[in-house]
Amino acid sequence: MATDTRELSVEPGEPTTITGGPTPIAGGPSQDAGRPSPDAASGGARPHGGPVVRASRLVRRFGGRTVLDRLELSIAAGEFVALLGRSGSGKSTLLRAVAGLDHEVAGSGELRVPERVSLAFQDSRLLPWLRLLDNVVLGLKRPGAAARGRKALDEVGLAGRERAWPHELSGGEQQRAALARSLVREPELLLADEPFGALDALTRIRMHDLLRELYARHRPAVLLVTHDVDEAVELADRVLVLEDGRVARDVAVDLPAPRTPRDPRFQEYRELLLAALGVSPRPALPSVRTAEETTDDPAQ
Amino acid sequence: MSQAIARRRLGPGRSYPYGRIAGPLLLLAVWSAAAYGGLLDPRVLSSPGKVLSTAADLIAQGRLQTNLLISLRRALLGLLFGVGAGTGLAVAAGLSRLGESLIDGTMQVKRAIPALALLPLLILWLGIGEEMKVVVIALGVAVSVYVNTYAALTGIDSRYVELAEVVGLSRAAFLRKVVVPGALPGFFIGLRLGVTASWLALIVVEQINATSGIGYMMFQAQQYAQSDVIVVGLLVYGIFGFASDALVRAVERRVLSWRRTLAN
Ligand SMILES: Nc1ncnc2c1ncn2[C@@H]1O[C@H](COP(=O)(O)OP(=O)(O)OP(=O)(O)O)[C@@H](O)[C@H]1O
Ligand SMILES: [Mg+2]
Repeated sequence: MATDTRELSVEPGEPTTITGGPTPIAGGPSQDAGRPSPDAASGGARPHGGPVVRASRLVRRFGGRTVLDRLELSIAAGEFVALLGRSGSGKSTLLRAVAGLDHEVAGSGELRVPERVSLAFQDSRLLPWLRLLDNVVLGLKRPGAAARGRKALDEVGLAGRERAWPHELSGGEQQRAALARSLVREPELLLADEPFGALDALTRIRMHDLLRELYARHRPAVLLVTHDVDEAVELADRVLVLEDGRVARDVAVDLPAPRTPRDPRFQEYRELLLAALGVSPRPALPSVRTAEETTDDPAQ
Repeated sequence: MSQAIARRRLGPGRSYPYGRIAGPLLLLAVWSAAAYGGLLDPRVLSSPGKVLSTAADLIAQGRLQTNLLISLRRALLGLLFGVGAGTGLAVAAGLSRLGESLIDGTMQVKRAIPALALLPLLILWLGIGEEMKVVVIALGVAVSVYVNTYAALTGIDSRYVELAEVVGLSRAAFLRKVVVPGALPGFFIGLRLGVTASWLALIVVEQINATSGIGYMMFQAQQYAQSDVIVVGLLVYGIFGFASDALVRAVERRVLSWRRTLAN
């Protein structure tokens, strides 16, 4: 696999073998992480092959503040990783570093990312002056681009809207178009910074299903930033919690296919993660979503 | 029966068909009423009928067409050079740091000096011929186009720049797909102001040291107190000013069809 090494400054040292966090937690549901999952579509399949993303001793500073502090991260090919953390903990900073968008940010460390990386933003970021299809295939050079774009729009349920202007679409449709734009490039790594943050709860559930389906079909490695603990547990193979500029928790989620908050083990994961985020979980009420309100930094 | 609750509409709503010429028509009606009601002294302002017959005479003599063609040629040439220069300078300043440091400061200084204030110098350099007139017009146009286009180029949403980086656009594709369409609305504002500026500059240069053109025709009429000829000149300026702005608007609507603004 082609890897593009963005070497910021390589400090000599022992080769790092990282699996994410410094301390795999004992006693949590991750004990049985090694067991193969029964369902690949749920994202439960264990990663295969070497890591596609590898960050070692990654440091990013804004002024005097060290936001990422010798962070270690590795993501295997086809692995779905969710990234949690309090507001301001540096999730977006990490994502932008991996995406190569942090020009002029002070930092050091070693970062290896694959060649084809897609990034889904919190806003759909469609260019208002391009029709939907042109937005989806933006930057694609190959002659079959239009056909592939059409197929991608079809996959996200927007067939027939190729010639629509972005402002003619609903928020959810715009976000689906953005997803099509990310996937039409067949990325080895899909980065997403709270892509569903601006959507209503119902649309968000639909988007989860869609994302799961697309993930099962295309199998990119995924790094999904989210505020929503349920979203993380529902979608990811592995949930990372960012704290003090490092991956403080690395929780492998091993739940069978239709993951539902009703599952008591789902609750276990949720409580564990909420505790890691420094919030006391509410009494288990599976149908009530507690994530957004409670994971937000109260100081914000 | 249930009553539908409609929110107070804050946008101006649908526009009337041909609404834009309602104002000028009203003005015409008031003028006619005043003239035929005997409220207007013909030496101050001729009646619409007198203005029309004078226009017919001027056309029959060929004076109106000749002068109009000369004026149009000056305005068009000035507009052409002005838009070209303004756009070129804005692109150079907006897309390269070197261009920015060389051009933008200079243009801001130029902007502070009205184009007409340069007239004495330009007459000194270029004489009182056609070049001087075209250059004066072009200078006024260039500043309008430059200021707005440059602001649009440098004001492109950084989120779109980020997107372009993420999808790996080449520099050329970035310019074509992001920068140019993003800056077009600003360019059109500049173009419309530029068209207005070209008529303004035309009027001035044709009343100073000119021997032809609509402005010259009006200047002569003033010497002989022919208010009807002056009004014909004003009407010609008005019609062409209005038509040129309408043309730019039409082009703008076509080119920027993706926009949804208060205008529609
Ligand atoms: N361009 C910047 N200049 C200065 N400080 C910045 C910049 N970008 C981020 N920061 C700071 O870095 C810290 C981490 O920001 P980041 O956006 O990565 O947080 P986050 O975890 O994504 O938060 P949220 O969940 O609210 O999106 C914050 O304290 C923020 O103020
Ligand atoms: Mg963020």
